[in-house]
Amino acid sequence: MPIKVDNITYIYMKGTPFESKALDKVSLDIEDGEFIGLIGHTGSGKSTLVQHINGLLKPTSGKIYIDGVDITGKDVNLKAIRQKVGLVFQYPEHQLFEETIYKDVAFGPKNLEFDENTIDSRVRKALKMVGLDYEESKIKSPFDLSGGQRRRVAIAGVLAMDPKVLILDEPTAGLDPKGRDSILSEIKLLHDKYGKTIILVSHSMEDVAKLVDRIIVMNEGKCVLTGTPREVFKEADTLINIGLGIPQVTMLARKLRQKGINIRDDVLTVQEAKREIIKYLRGKKHD
Amino acid sequence: MQKMIETIDLTFKYKNEDGKEDLCALNKINLTINKGEFVAIIGPNGSGKSTLAKHMNALLLPSSGKMFVKGMDTAKEENLWNIRQSAGMVFQNPDNQIVATIVEEDVAFGPENLGIPPKEIRKRVDDCLKAVNMEEFKKNAPHLLSGGQKQRVAIAGILAMKPECIILDEPTAMLDPSGRREVIDTIKKLNREEGITIVLITHYMEEAVDADRVIVMENGNIVLSGTPKEVFQRVKELKNIGLDVPQMTELAYELRKEGIDVAADTLTIDEMVVQLCQ
Amino acid sequence: MIKDITIGQYLPGESVVHKLDPRVKIMASFVFIIDLFIINNFLGYIPVFLFIASAVIISKIPFKYIFKGLKPILAIIIITALINIFLTTGTVIYSIGPLNITREGVKLAGFMVIRLILLIVGTSLLTLTTSPISLTDGIESLLSPFKRIGVPAHELAMMMTIALRFIPTLIDETDKIMKAQMARGADFESGNLIKRAKNLVPLLVPLFISSFRRADELALAMEARCYRGGVNRTRMKQLKVERRDFAAIAVMVLLVALSVLSRFI
Repeated sequence: MPIKVDNITYIYMKGTPFESKALDKVSLDIEDGEFIGLIGHTGSGKSTLVQHINGLLKPTSGKIYIDGVDITGKDVNLKAIRQKVGLVFQYPEHQLFEETIYKDVAFGPKNLEFDENTIDSRVRKALKMVGLDYEESKIKSPFDLSGGQRRRVAIAGVLAMDPKVLILDEPTAGLDPKGRDSILSEIKLLHDKYGKTIILVSHSMEDVAKLVDRIIVMNEGKCVLTGTPREVFKEADTLINIGLGIPQVTMLARKLRQKGINIRDDVLTVQEAKREIIKYLRGKKHD
Repeated sequence: MQKMIETIDLTFKYKNEDGKEDLCALNKINLTINKGEFVAIIGPNGSGKSTLAKHMNALLLPSSGKMFVKGMDTAKEENLWNIRQSAGMVFQNPDNQIVATIVEEDVAFGPENLGIPPKEIRKRVDDCLKAVNMEEFKKNAPHLLSGGQKQRVAIAGILAMKPECIILDEPTAMLDPSGRREVIDTIKKLNREEGITIVLITHYMEEAVDADRVIVMENGNIVLSGTPKEVFQRVKELKNIGLDVPQMTELAYELRKEGIDVAADTLTIDEMVVQLCQ
Repeated sequence: MIKDITIGQYLPGESVVHKLDPRVKIMASFVFIIDLFIINNFLGYIPVFLFIASAVIISKIPFKYIFKGLKPILAIIIITALINIFLTTGTVIYSIGPLNITREGVKLAGFMVIRLILLIVGTSLLTLTTSPISLTDGIESLLSPFKRIGVPAHELAMMMTIALRFIPTLIDETDKIMKAQMARGADFESGNLIKRAKNLVPLLVPLFISSFRRADELALAMEARCYRGGVNRTRMKQLKVERRDFAAIAVMVLLVALSVLSRFI
């Protein structure tokens, strides 16, 4: 289910003194099964962009096609769009409201007016995807869970809609390193095992570099860079200029190259840096 | 050296949901923080670090053991306001600690509560907003500021009470990288230039790198303590607790495993570059 | 969406009206409202009209903001006028079927319309030229003499301040939760009244939960900043009555005097 964003502009609070351009002629294509990292700092327009893809905001100008259908038109079935493109907001645990985990996860499929059996199987599947227990979900309140677990319930609530595309806005915000790592590895599983197209919105370069196929960098409402993590991190100057920074190991490789040490400048992880440095040091010995 | 904060066998127990079982959030903590120190307390969620911070401001009282702030026992009612004035506290959510609808009014809130004369408050408010680099926003509405700016206003609000110590309970957890940088730079500056004792609770390791001392907590206990270099080179232990290690320290650890001679306590990129270029 | 509602229609400015002591402005507004009902003939409204027009001009508030304030209550004005015209007994001057228009009715309707319009203009001038925070300060200060008989002046003012502080935050939050539930297929726009009310549950429950959490955290933060109620509390900004305030008081006295006199014409 490809997504095509065609030249969209969004003006926030148009016609008031607070008017501002949140998106400025953004165009991009997302293919089926991609794992995208959407990076930018607060106010760069990344959250506004994903709300457009989900049909929650309508662009001031431009078009968005999902599966070839223009979702900016007048008679679009927005419910159907939102079923295909799931959106998990920042701090999604704040939207929980039901007495049991089960009921909360069932909220989405219920709104889609499925029968009881379908709802049940959807909930079962969604809970499994995020590693929550089905039996327990029927008796336990989501409010008795820890922060990280509550977030899982909220993500399951969106997964129960069975979307093909899943957008997650800062899914690791406020979690500790352990919680962050486990949520990220579950998201990776959603992509690898369950075949979801994932758009991960983040401001953490370190998190994104390890996970995604492609990075889209936004700044001041514009799409400024796109490519594989390696390609994007090569543009270190641009990234630093817009205040995003690059992973420390990538920075190390750059600094080493400036000192005349010949190692790859597109290292992304500690393990890669280690391999490169060892290769360089061993090479030096042989000279 | 004058002691700012001292705990003796500090223990804090609370009841679980059913009210039956006693859970131990802090288990016989012994800790001394000297005046002027910059101490970072790190640990995963539920390690007791926030509970410890709340004791330093007498927002919680020990179940057993003692907590002293500037030699004052927090369990004694008559010390309460002196303690809160001496050891100010900044919280995680910037939205939920700003009281007033205008930045400068919010900064004035603390000194107003202390009954400081109006003229003196005015002066303190202006000075403190300058100290956190927010003077140009003094007439703004707080809800229109960025997260980092709001947190700096909150720090100014504490600063205006002229505390000797500021305790920050995960002040950057809800901020983006630039907001985090703003807050950390502000904290460091206050420590360096004003000599204010800083207790920074965080789970971001890179924020602890510049502290004088790092204390690692797990399950209500202090498990590691020392300079950042001493603490971070314990890569394996930290990872077991579920904490991050700065990437350069981790790289040094990995290189050492391969028999390459780099210092185990390498923290920064520049330190690594120097060693590799020898 | 919901964010487009602009709350607190304060228009910052540097005019004399803006700078007046909020207590004087609040009291003046009260006196002004009472004054509108003292007057019992059309001639009496001339000084009032001149007064409010010059106040608006001095405040440099564009007239369009004043008229904007009138728009939402236009319906109320028209209904009031119609009720008065048709339902007042007296000398019939015109009849439409069973409805009689009386001379007294027309007169009364005229009074009501003038009073309502002036009342709205007067009060919007107060809110347009006084920031919420000085309004709160003014109310606190005006109520403080009643502390002795148990009026919690400081507490009321504090509650108002916190409410004003959190309205924008809660509007943002409402917007966010609404969108999050819409992303899960929730519908807030269609269905009959009962269904719509029921559909609000997924919005209201999270909103209440988060408000309680915020209240809890805010209370803790206030306590940490040595807040212990109004006792021994000082204020950074002291309200001070200045020359211009006395001038404003004098104008108000004159206005009331003219209004009382107008009753004898």
